[in-house]
Parts: sequence; C-alpha cells; structure tokens
Amino acid sequence: MILGEFIINTLSLGSMYALVALGLVFVYGILKLVNFAYGEYVMVGGYTLYVLGTFTPVPWLAVMIIAVLMAAATSYLTELVAFRPVRTKSLDAMLVTSFAVSVLLQNAVLLLVSPRSRAVPLPAIFSQSVAIFGVVTPMRNVLTIVTAVLLLTGLTLLMKYTVLGIAMRAAADKFTTTRLMGVPANLVISVAFIISGFLAGVVSVFWVGRSASVDPLIGFTPLLIAFIATVIGGMNSLVGAVVGGFAYGLLFNALSILLPASLISYRDAFMFAIVILFLLLKPEGLIRGNYTEERVG
Amino acid sequence: MTHTMLTIRDLHASYGAITALHGISLDVNEGELVALLGSNGAGKSTTLKSICGVLRPVYGSVVFLDEQIANKTPESILKRGISLVPEGRDIFTSLTVAENMRLGAFVSYNRKRYQEDLEEMFGLFPILKERLHQPGGLLSGGEQQQLAIARALMSHPKLLILDEPSLGLSPALVDQIFELIVRLRERGMTILLVEQNAERALRVADRAYVLNTGVMEFSGTPEELENELDIASVYFGGGEGNKEVTL
Ligand SMILES: Nc1ncnc2c1ncn2[C@@H]1O[C@H](COP(=O)(O)OP(=O)(O)OP(=O)(O)O)[C@@H](O)[C@H]1O
Ligand SMILES: [Mg+2]
Repeated sequence: MILGEFIINTLSLGSMYALVALGLVFVYGILKLVNFAYGEYVMVGGYTLYVLGTFTPVPWLAVMIIAVLMAAATSYLTELVAFRPVRTKSLDAMLVTSFAVSVLLQNAVLLLVSPRSRAVPLPAIFSQSVAIFGVVTPMRNVLTIVTAVLLLTGLTLLMKYTVLGIAMRAAADKFTTTRLMGVPANLVISVAFIISGFLAGVVSVFWVGRSASVDPLIGFTPLLIAFIATVIGGMNSLVGAVVGGFAYGLLFNALSILLPASLISYRDAFMFAIVILFLLLKPEGLIRGNYTEERVG
Repeated sequence: MTHTMLTIRDLHASYGAITALHGISLDVNEGELVALLGSNGAGKSTTLKSICGVLRPVYGSVVFLDEQIANKTPESILKRGISLVPEGRDIFTSLTVAENMRLGAFVSYNRKRYQEDLEEMFGLFPILKERLHQPGGLLSGGEQQQLAIARALMSHPKLLILDEPSLGLSPALVDQIFELIVRLRERGMTILLVEQNAERALRVADRAYVLNTGVMEFSGTPEELENELDIASVYFGGGEGNKEVTL
C-alpha cells in the first residue's frame, strides 16, 4: 500500500505542479517573458478565498470559482495596464515590469490585509479521506488529480481544435507572421494572460487547500516551482511544462521517501543539485519545442 | 483611367541607425502586376515590411485604397486587403498544412466558403491536399512556397505581395510559380512581385521598379527598362537556370 500511496501523492502533487508550470509557460511561449508576477496571481486567488470564505456567507464552491476568476482577471489587468505599454520596447523592460507588478501586488496585500499569514477556512471535503483501490488518501488529492485531468483535456481541445488555439500555437512559433494572417497581437497575448491567470487561480485553490493559510509571500514557491518545472520540461512546449511539473512532483516525493531523516531538511538542496545536473546533461529540457526563439517586439 | 490601389510617397525606413529606404515612391494600379527589382540588400523586403505594417516607416506615406496605412498594425492592414507571402516562405512549421490554411482564412472565415476556397487551392496546388494533415515543416521547400501562397490567397486579398517566391526553387518549380502568378494576374488579382530573377519577372510584369541601396533608380515598363537602364549600374544575380543576366 505504500506504493499506492506514493503513486497517488505523486500524481496529486505532480498535477498541481503541472498546472502551475503550464500557466507560466503560456505567457512565456508567446512573449518569451518569464512573468515574475505570476506567483502573485496565485496570491490574489488565495486572498480571495480568505476574504470571501471568512467574511461572507458565499458557498465554498462559489468562493473557489470567484477566486479563480479573480486570478484570471488580475492577470488580464496586469497585461493591459503594465505589460502592453512596454511590450514593443524591449524584453528587459517587460522583465522589470513583471518584477514591479509582483512587488506592487504584494505590497497592496501587506497594506490592505496584513503582513502576517491568515487562516483560510476550507470546506470539509478537502480534509475528508477516501479509499481508492484500497489506498486511504485525503479527498483533496483526488480533487487535484481530477481537476488537472479535466483542465488539461479542455486546454488540449482548445489548442488543437479551435482557431484561437491554432492562432496561439502559431504566435508562439512566429509572432509577426501570425499577425500577417490578420490575427490581432493583443488578442493572442490577452488570451495567454487570461489562461495563465486562470491556471494560477486553480493552483491557488489547491495550494491553499494544503496549507489552509495565506500570506503575502505565498506566490514565491509556486513561481519557483513553475520556473524549474518548465526548465526541466522544456521552455518552448506546453507539453513540456506538464511533463516537467509531473517530473518535479515525482522527484520531490521520491526524495522525501529516500532521504534519511537526518538529511530531509536539505531536500531542496538535493532537488536543485539534481536539476542542475540534469540541465548540464540535457539543457533543452525533456521535451524539445519545435518553436523558434522569436521575440515579440 | 485605371484606379490606383497603392501609392507610396517619399518613404523612409530604417533599422535603428541603419537607413534602408531613402524616400522611395511606388504605385500599384488595380489589376496590375508590378515587379520590384534590385540586388541583395537593396531594400525590397524593407519596402514590403513597411507596406504590411511590420516595420513603422520613419517618414512618408503609404496609401491603400485612399486610406493612409503607414502607421497601422499588420493585422489591420491584412484586413484591409493586403496579403504578403513573406521572404523565405515563413510558414508555420509546427502547424499542419490544414492549420496553416485555416489561419490564412482567419479574418475571412465563413464555413461554406472556406470549403470551396480549400477545394480551389487544392486545384491550384494538388500537393497540399495530399499533405493536409502533415506538419508544414515536413514539406519540401517548393511545397512550402506553394503553401505560403495558398495561405495568403485564403484571405481573399485585393493586393497580393510576393517576396522572392522563386528563391531556392528548382527551375521546374520556378516555372510553375511564375505560371501561377500569371494565372492569378489573368483572374484580375493585383500583384506586387519582388524578385531577383529579373528576367523572369520582367517577362510577366506590366510595370517595373528598380531599387538600389534604398533609392528608386527606375520605374517604367519592362521595355523601357531594357532600353533605358544604365546597364552597368545594376547587376542581377540568378537568372533562368542560374545563368547571370544583365539588363
Ligand atoms: N532586421 C534588420 N536589422 C538591421 N538591418 C536590416 C534588417 N533587415 C534588413 N536590414 C538592412 O536593410 C537593408 C535592406 O534590406 P532588405 O532586406 O530590404 O533587402 P532586400 O532588397 O530584400 O535584399 P534580399 O534580396 O537579399 O532579400 C540591408 O542593408 C540590410 O542589411
Ligand atoms: Mg529581401
């Protein structure tokens, strides 16, 4: 049963990491921008859960949906007011902007709520246990996996079979040529940010679902994991991000089990050592995107 | 009196400190096939990029169907009816042939007409039908060129612009591409054709322009060009069968 437990834990953790990585890479694929404000979309989702869950009688399912939408809206808004004006300037300008947006959002929460962490009320279903194939596991693990499967299926269909999806893939390949087809640059980029924020919102639900608390720095770890997972998986491919997310989850869980108790507090150091070693051997990541490195300017 | 479709006046364009166009002027009338010639680095592609909104002109005007388009975005210029077949084909290699075609019809999509348009393109380019569900990157150079032209036609352009469509193709394929250009011209399509293969281009063009390091050196009919041009000043590489042609 230990194996069964390991598999379910890894799938659940991997699902969450896959979604977190996918959200980052959606914007990266098109703008070639590592959006440092990405973690703050998770934070916005987390605080929405906290505020609505604590101070309003809104049912928890609605609270979660609103949290996801808030994260997506925040992402879209930052694109509109912060990234769009500097987009044609330079990639460096956008990077600095993404730092600025990140700090601004964090400070807004520091000011409006508190620098300290807040407990988030969770629905009972998150902590209930279920038995699956004889393995007893928290319900939230199952919910994470199911949500990830549904979302990944939906996004695959969107990218493969809708003209918007085709345009998004084309824009990640050759942005200017895509515009020459009549595809508006702003449309493609806005959609990328909305999907990115949407995924960050979904992640916020499960992230907070594990810790039951939220603080202004909550976005840092998801951003870091997303970044490492996409680097492992291959920055230029959506599939790579998903694969990277699962690989990261697997590595994390494997180290948790394999490392002796005396070394477990150095788990992150081992993680990074392995990742660096891997990148030395395979710098392009697990999945090689067939996209060129054209920047949007 | 023919109606003027595209009017370029005193167009200046630069890449940072490098000035590529020093105030050129050019007209394309409705139904015409105009050739824009010049050697490597003359500024031909820069001219096309300026027309299509990929490059913002530093100075000058680009008027298409009585509307100033010099500062419009590429997507809005395509919507107005200018479609570019970019240099080096520039198809989406990771997308299938069908997806490339679908994006060509992005602004003009209409379910019923789309099928008819596809069938028409398969008539012109049978190979595309066979390769419909393969990634564009797996096509040969000539097939990619056909896909690029078909994709551009899917938007039903009023003005089709081709940037060196014969580049890198075998003589047989060059013949095929030029036949196609003539056929499109006969069907009433207005075409601006950039070529280094001057001899071939002049054989099909109504009028021609010659660009030399960002300056328009000549404009007139192909006959005038052959008579008037200072032969020593312009050198065209890569004529038919790669024989060098001097005009
Ligand atoms: N992206 C760019 N950045 C800087 N300079 C450029 C760029 N593209 C073109 N140039 C320069 O502008 C000038 C004109 O280039 P352009 O591409 O318009 O030439 P062309 O006539 O199309 O040549 P070819 O026949 O080789 O395609 C050249 O001197 C070229 O070096
Ligand atoms: Mg050129």
